[in-house]
Amino acid sequence: MEATSLERTPLYARHVSLGARMVPFAGYEMPVQYEGVIEEHRAVRTDCGAFDVSHMGELHVDGPAAQAFLQEVLSNDLDKVSDGEAQYTLLTNEQGGIIDDLIVYRLAHGQYLLVVNASNRQPVYDWLKEREARGTEVRDTSDEYGLVAVQGPRSIERLGLAEQPAFTHELGELDGIEVMISRTGYTGEAGVELCSAGEDTEALWDAVLARGATPCGLGARDTLRLEVCYPLHGNDITPETDAISAGLGWACALDTDFTGVETLRRIKEEGPARKLVPFVMEEKAIPRQGMSIEGGGEVTSGTHSPMLDRGIGMGYVPAASAALETRLEIDVRGKPRRARVVSKPIYRKEQ
Amino acid sequence: MPAAESYPDDLRYHPEHDWARVDGDEATFGITWFAQDALGELVHYEAPEVGSTVTKDQPCGEVESVKAVSDVVAPLSGEVLEINQKAVDEPEIVNEDPYGDGWLIRIRVSDAAEVGSLMDPETYRAHIAEQ
Repeated sequence: MEATSLERTPLYARHVSLGARMVPFAGYEMPVQYEGVIEEHRAVRTDCGAFDVSHMGELHVDGPAAQAFLQEVLSNDLDKVSDGEAQYTLLTNEQGGIIDDLIVYRLAHGQYLLVVNASNRQPVYDWLKEREARGTEVRDTSDEYGLVAVQGPRSIERLGLAEQPAFTHELGELDGIEVMISRTGYTGEAGVELCSAGEDTEALWDAVLARGATPCGLGARDTLRLEVCYPLHGNDITPETDAISAGLGWACALDTDFTGVETLRRIKEEGPARKLVPFVMEEKAIPRQGMSIEGGGEVTSGTHSPMLDRGIGMGYVPAASAALETRLEIDVRGKPRRARVVSKPIYRKEQ
Repeated sequence: MPAAESYPDDLRYHPEHDWARVDGDEATFGITWFAQDALGELVHYEAPEVGSTVTKDQPCGEVESVKAVSDVVAPLSGEVLEINQKAVDEPEIVNEDPYGDGWLIRIRVSDAAEVGSLMDPETYRAHIAEQ
């Protein structure tokens, strides 16, 4: 049986007792939904939802040369990150392709934490380990930690936390449990990601739910991130796609030296041949990953938007078709369906 | 609210998780409780055209949830007389009432002998227990 080879997060028993539907994801048995994707999605947009993201990888990079080493392999400008801050960045290959997108946390001078996608934990570790310079040490500490994302407009209030700027972190306590509190997330809403020792993660989860968070699965995590156009590695960005074409130039400090920077500078200079664009369907149909877009494009992520109640997606199209309001035609299982290029994010809260 | 699991006695079932309610030379189709539960909340129903012909064991439409798309497989052959516009406009009705308001199409049966090949509820329950 396949199931026996899958790993489980510290919250596996909690998911089962909550009646979650479990699916294999990135080598883990993960909850795709509890009550239903749409209900969970709305909880995060209107109130507060909790996600088990313990499957994500944690890598520590330490040593006197850690900063210089990471600055050479990560796309964003790490020198701008101080103690207590975090940054969205890319691990790039020589072709400018994206090995992973990740968040780097500066814990202290010479101490960094990288939170990486579950499916890329090993490739990222191997990449860093092969290039590990003298004066740095890379360690995969993923199995020591549990990670709970608490997201939504009421999440800070429900957790009894003080407001803090996005992309900051601090050590703290939630109902007696020691946690690293990060002002980060993958939903487009206010919220935190709480990292605890693996043995404390069940207590942390219980505390978060007791404070009124709705348990949410990977299904809602995907619809939430797509509504706000956060790319998913493996779908929208891969080792074969570059940051400029993906619209992630803002996370690339092209004035610094990092792996693949020459290629990225050239793509920026010449303009990318294809661009990743968000779109909404103009008729009733749901785009899905892999569907072709008339004129030489492809859908990389697609779903039904619970907030807009229509099909939405992202895909690569020729640069000439990337302008706002461009009409696209998507091949939905043999039927041409109209779509329209829109601006990011696809879903914007009415103010 | 999602419906509670049931497989009514007056229906006949296809192994691809569709049901038929036969009434004279007409039949109504839908998807079973098992099918809608496996898919989750439906957000799209792609219906066949009225007047088109559907063939037993062949797709006669699609149902989609947020996460997945699935063919609706015709349990019987015939001509489409009516589609359930309510299921097109509000697909969640299929989750709420898969054997009632959540029916999908009504057909004129072209081969009454096909009915004999469908499963009764007991056989269908045994079939899904193996899934």
